[in-house]
Amino acid sequence: MLVNKKKMAALIDSNAEQGQVKGRSQWQDAMRRFKGNKASLISVFVLAAMTLFAFLGPLLSPWDHETIDWELIGNAAEMGAPQFANGHFFGTDDLGRDMYSRVLQGTQISLMVGFVGTLVAVTVGVLYGAIAGYFGGAVDNVMMRFVDILMSIPYMFILIILFVMFGRSVYILFIGLGLFSWMDMARIVRGQTLTLKHKEFIEAAVMAGVSDFKIIVRHIVPNLLGIVVVYMSLMIPSLILLESFISFLGLGIQEPLTSWGALISDGASTIQYGTLWQLAFPLGFFVTGLFCFFFIGDGLRDAFDPKDR
Amino acid sequence: MFSFIVRRIGSSIPTMLILILISFALMRLAPGSPFSSDRGLPPEVLANLELKYGLNLPWFEQLFVYLKGIIFDFDFGPSFKYTDKSVNDILAQGFPVTLTYGIWSFVAAVAVGLPLGIVAAVRHNTKLDYAAVGFSIGAQVLPNFVMAPILVIIFTLWLNWLPGGGWNGGQWQYVVMPILALSTSYMASIARITRSSMLEVLHANFIRTAKAKGVPMRNIILRHALKPALLPVISYLGPAFVYMITGSVIIDIYFSTGGMGQFFVDAALNRDYSLLMGVTIVFGVMTIVFNTLVDITYAWLDPKIRL
Repeated sequence: MLVNKKKMAALIDSNAEQGQVKGRSQWQDAMRRFKGNKASLISVFVLAAMTLFAFLGPLLSPWDHETIDWELIGNAAEMGAPQFANGHFFGTDDLGRDMYSRVLQGTQISLMVGFVGTLVAVTVGVLYGAIAGYFGGAVDNVMMRFVDILMSIPYMFILIILFVMFGRSVYILFIGLGLFSWMDMARIVRGQTLTLKHKEFIEAAVMAGVSDFKIIVRHIVPNLLGIVVVYMSLMIPSLILLESFISFLGLGIQEPLTSWGALISDGASTIQYGTLWQLAFPLGFFVTGLFCFFFIGDGLRDAFDPKDR
Repeated sequence: MFSFIVRRIGSSIPTMLILILISFALMRLAPGSPFSSDRGLPPEVLANLELKYGLNLPWFEQLFVYLKGIIFDFDFGPSFKYTDKSVNDILAQGFPVTLTYGIWSFVAAVAVGLPLGIVAAVRHNTKLDYAAVGFSIGAQVLPNFVMAPILVIIFTLWLNWLPGGGWNGGQWQYVVMPILALSTSYMASIARITRSSMLEVLHANFIRTAKAKGVPMRNIILRHALKPALLPVISYLGPAFVYMITGSVIIDIYFSTGGMGQFFVDAALNRDYSLLMGVTIVFGVMTIVFNTLVDITYAWLDPKIRL
């Protein structure tokens, strides 16, 4: 038999090449779709720029967020307007404090509230939902009834009572907000877990004698990550909104620290004196930030769940 | 259907009790009392005050008295801070105001959001649709506390059309801005949800059948598509109601309308725990009642739920 060596070599080569073609995971697929979404992609860059600016921007200013410029105090309406000459790039607030530093400081706090609060909420929600869904039966019933009850309470009021009672440090704000927003997450995760737990790989793990806790943490939770990521991206802006809401009422973040809500509240209370920059700059950051988060959230949802478009 | 309603109402009663228990427990756990001040009261005065408000009793007796007052007499006890008023007096004063603009905002959000969503779905991918989508995306970032100052800048400072605050017995000039500020973002959410669920329904097979039979478009939408398309919207009304109630706090503070929110924030800052509890419980019970109504409506529209 005549073997065409050249052909064989080519075949081997092409085989080797084909061997290198990898299957795409769900994540790679999702990322590819996400990159095709222009609004979301731009939002990612804008948000990254804003975050960098919030943390590095204060270095550019001669003022910090709590020092009062005594030359301007009591006369912020006329002399506090934005200008480069005295270093108040965004003007000053009513007390003569530099708006540029305050806005950036508020941006830091608001972004951190969004991320840390979401992390707390997601951790609680995923574990709670996965446990309820995995064990099922009476455990599931009791746990989900409890979630139903929590969801039908206007928890904003309870949250405010908590802040009043236990002081209003930043950490209480972070954790409190997170602890009151995990219920939706728990519901979604429970639903997903119910469908997952009858899959073969879970049965295999059960048969191999893996402990329940380990099955939940090592096998169920990683399979929920797609939906968790989508939900997280929608939760960050809603927590930022919640914090802004509470701070707007003057019951959230405490001076000298500030956040978007507190800044908007300050700016809104002085509009009748014509000091519109005190409202415009925080509002601009707030609106831009939230827009970005919403677009990223929508993009991620489309990317992970293409049939929903 | 009847047994569903009974069961649903039955299950909302423990929820209310838990709400009352939570607020009571929070008040008990709170460090410091409303009477503790920097100067410090003499112990006998403090003892007298505690006797007057029943704070010297063991906690379960306090809870019992409190629960009994609420359930049988709808009585939330005296306010700790406003000594001449009971919590009931304050509720009676602030509640009608909150309810007035609250109901109007809710009606406005539904009355504008729903038709807007339907029209956007029916005229899919036209300029009208894009305008509606643009509005609903834009309004997402305009919550009540952003809308309120913007409205005041436009209508009070620039145009000088409307007063920037106050209530004045609920004259229309004073009510317009609170309603607009409170309802805009929910209007947008309702429009968005209606649009997407309507779009989904319009692509369903039974709609295609109706079209093929030659049913006029108007009838298709009103008779066939509307009912299933409304389901997600109705399940959103519950949360929307909760958000509006909490949003009313912002409205009361910003527009000085004198509703419940004003008292709630004052009470929070003054540690007037009995008033704080009273407001929380009333708002909570309203929410629970409303959620029950939403669930019953939902079951009426969707027989699958009634199981």
